[in-house]
Amino acid sequence: MSASAIPSPAAPDLRTARRRLLLDTLGIAVSVAAFGLVFGLAARNAGFSPIEAMAFSVVVFAGASQFAAAGYIAAGLPWAPIVVLTFFLNARHMLYSASLAPRFREVPLAKRIVMSHVLTDEAFALSAAHFHRIGRLDVPGYWIAALVGVFIPWNIATIVGVMLGSAIPDPSRLGLDIVFPAAMGGLAVGLTTGRRELVAAGAGAIIGTGMSLLIGPALGIIVGGLLGPLLGMATPVPPGTDAAPSISPESEMTGGPVDLATAEAEVRNADFSTSDDERGA
Amino acid sequence: MSTQLVLLAVFMFVATYPSRALPILAPGIERLPPRALLYLRLVGPAVLASLAAANTLVVKTPDGAPVVHVGIEIVGVLACVLVVAWRRNLLLGLVVGVALVAAARFAGLA
Repeated sequence: MSASAIPSPAAPDLRTARRRLLLDTLGIAVSVAAFGLVFGLAARNAGFSPIEAMAFSVVVFAGASQFAAAGYIAAGLPWAPIVVLTFFLNARHMLYSASLAPRFREVPLAKRIVMSHVLTDEAFALSAAHFHRIGRLDVPGYWIAALVGVFIPWNIATIVGVMLGSAIPDPSRLGLDIVFPAAMGGLAVGLTTGRRELVAAGAGAIIGTGMSLLIGPALGIIVGGLLGPLLGMATPVPPGTDAAPSISPESEMTGGPVDLATAEAEVRNADFSTSDDERGA
Repeated sequence: MSTQLVLLAVFMFVATYPSRALPILAPGIERLPPRALLYLRLVGPAVLASLAAANTLVVKTPDGAPVVHVGIEIVGVLACVLVVAWRRNLLLGLVVGVALVAAARFAGLA
């Protein structure tokens, strides 16, 4: 029997997981579009042309640093400090990239180069939760999170915002200003599946808030994200209750973790001769 | 139509892309020791919770100093988190959180 003829037990779960991902993405996309509109307006007020505003949203594609840059350009700040600030504002993406990297190792390099560019807070949060649910990488799922959830609405909204200008209502009047932190908190819940994750999340929140007050949110958030996991690792867990690392190699067929040592031994000892059944005897 | 700032966008891309790409493009990350893989597994919940908390509880004064802010936003975010923990549905959580905040502001409570 060929492998392709074996019904994959993971397939229905994948469809269900993608439906849930799409629903989650919808909520994020509304928020992203609202703030993309505001960025377009901010860029217009800062003197950006539509081409320049779109260049920011396509090429930089990092909301916080785009807003900051628009403000600094309006204030007449030179470019060099804007670029340095951009580096620090976006350095947290390194954590996302490192967290996703083990899952992406089988993806072709050219595709990984593009996937990296669309890695944002929201794309990471949505895709990490999706991968966690299905127990493995799902490249179309990543594109749904990164492109449908963020890149496309952000860029469409930017051009609408820069063209429509002051006709846009303030998102905070509709309560949309809380969508970003609420979504990040909700998605953190989805990744919290054990005592260690809970401690890491709690410590990340407390340390991130405290350090944001001391050194500013851009670096404070990173410190919370770096130190929180250390406290999670130091948390004792009863033997056998700690789930296998979700970024360990996993079977494409079952979604379960693969014991590489056992698998290697099985391959070494396997009898690859074709059985009578498989020859159709 | 001005295109001068397109060059600044390129410089900002150069400052941003390595953070996003280096770990994903670096070969051999799957050979990290188990402790490092455990650390990476915990980065997701930690950094997302850090983002959520700092974005809700810290605001900047007009002169740029970060200060604690406790307002209706924390109620909306906590409501969303609780709904997600209860129903495992982010969209529902967002709707509840946003509706709470919008209603409170509309009623003049926040």
